[in-house]
Amino acid sequence: MAERYELRFSGAGGQGLITAGIILAEAASIIEGKSAVQSQSYGPEARGGASKSEVIISDAPIDYPKATIVDACLAMTQEAADKYANGIKEGGILLLDADFVQRAPEGNFTVYRLPITRMAKEDIGREIVANVVALGAVIGLTGVVSKDAGEEAVLRKVPEAFKDLNKKAYNLGYTKGKELAS
Amino acid sequence: MAKKVALLQGNEACAQGALYAGCNFFGGYPITPSTEVAEVLSGELPKIGGKFIQMEDEIGAMASIIGASLTGAKALTATSGPGVSLKQELIGYACIAEIPCVIINVMRGGPSTGMPTGPGQSDVMQAKWGTHGDHAAIALVPASCQEIFSETVRAFNLAEKYRMPVQVLYDEIVGHMRERIVFPEPGELEVINREAPTDGPETYKPYDSTKGQVPPLAAFGSGYKFHVTGLNKADDGFPTTKASLVDAEERRQIDKVTDNIADIESYEEYLTEDADVIVWAYGSTSRSARYAVNELRKEGIKAGLFRPITLWPFPEKRTAELAAKAKAIVVAEMNLGQMIYEVERVAKGACVVVGEFRVDGDPLNPGQIMTKVKEVL
Repeated sequence: MAERYELRFSGAGGQGLITAGIILAEAASIIEGKSAVQSQSYGPEARGGASKSEVIISDAPIDYPKATIVDACLAMTQEAADKYANGIKEGGILLLDADFVQRAPEGNFTVYRLPITRMAKEDIGREIVANVVALGAVIGLTGVVSKDAGEEAVLRKVPEAFKDLNKKAYNLGYTKGKELAS
Repeated sequence: MAKKVALLQGNEACAQGALYAGCNFFGGYPITPSTEVAEVLSGELPKIGGKFIQMEDEIGAMASIIGASLTGAKALTATSGPGVSLKQELIGYACIAEIPCVIINVMRGGPSTGMPTGPGQSDVMQAKWGTHGDHAAIALVPASCQEIFSETVRAFNLAEKYRMPVQVLYDEIVGHMRERIVFPEPGELEVINREAPTDGPETYKPYDSTKGQVPPLAAFGSGYKFHVTGLNKADDGFPTTKASLVDAEERRQIDKVTDNIADIESYEEYLTEDADVIVWAYGSTSRSARYAVNELRKEGIKAGLFRPITLWPFPEKRTAELAAKAKAIVVAEMNLGQMIYEVERVAKGACVVVGEFRVDGDPLNPGQIMTKVKEVL
């Protein structure tokens, strides 16, 4: 992988995108032994409005902890896309929730669409795991950590009773993301 | 056995570092962006027989750690700029009464309530001069989650060893970001506890300078009775206005730090050996600076980084040496110019000193530093 890979997860506050960022950082740094830094937006916007979480992953120690030029960005809502889907690298990746983002920002990157929230609701049966579907899709699409590392990090984070649900959600997202990439 | 690792927020790392150091008392009042320090300790301290108290306000919180420390506890409070402002009178009290304690300041924008959720580095002069009167100050400025852990341990060590308040300052960026922490094994990092008095309760004097620059501090509740006051005092702790005693005490309390700079000082250098321009930066800004230095080197510009970890006492000697070697120093900080005055003071015109500042709540980014370095060359 590149020496420094930058990801941004954005959506509505409460959708669990910050948790998704933390899980990805754990997959990279605790499970795979790379360097990772996770940060997030704070303040009034973190509940309800658009919120974001950034993860920098590198084989080397990470100095600047915030995004400089984003390799891969996820936007789950139109507001998040308008506010945070910027600074994406030329040739980078933008993944959108197909049902909630109508207008994709313009730029020299590839836009992918998946009905992430609908997949969580209809295929898994719980809208609340949309963040885990999204995380799986981002990992499938980017390959920034291995499928197994991502799954293990998800399972470490959730209580026993919800492991199956989250495993399904992660694998569905991963498979769909992988399909988009190929 | 493999060491324990975890992905922790800077504030969580601070709480874990405090526990490693043997902290057994926390008195505080919640304030963004420091609250997670209190949150973690409120869960952990009761498990080890420690005490966690949410006080009625910031002033009460500072008073509580002074009181706890006088009973022999290793005491901590965590706050942000507005809280540190309220604590100043009692920080001065801890200075003159020589009471070990640690104060965490997770810096946000200011003055006053400023920008609670945005990063700042505008409390760095306050850490030295916030409380009135001549006094020594020790302030540490870690730049990563691992370093917040280890510098919190070191803050307790310095507080106990030099019998004084020690501040740890880090900005909201490092306070809230998450990184992998490798937990040191017990004994891996040095943990210092205050020296116990050799005199019995009958003859003990809490400020007896014949016992050394840092006289041993007895614990209330252990049979020792003594007087503690914010007034200038004689060796028995009772107030005095006798000129020779006041002068000697004032000087001893400052000398105990300035005579031990080598023990207290800590800094890191990166590519400074052949550098034409030194970026002088601390906390999260030093991480931007390191990124900038690497990028500038790729362009053939000889840039280097000087990163103080102990901010107070100020790293005078090394800053002066670098000023004598380099063409310029760029001081990057998230305020409108504070430590730059110290850098200018010790550079004494040996090289150009310029600042790169930011106070809008966004991080001071590598691009800004690169532009400034190119301007100054």
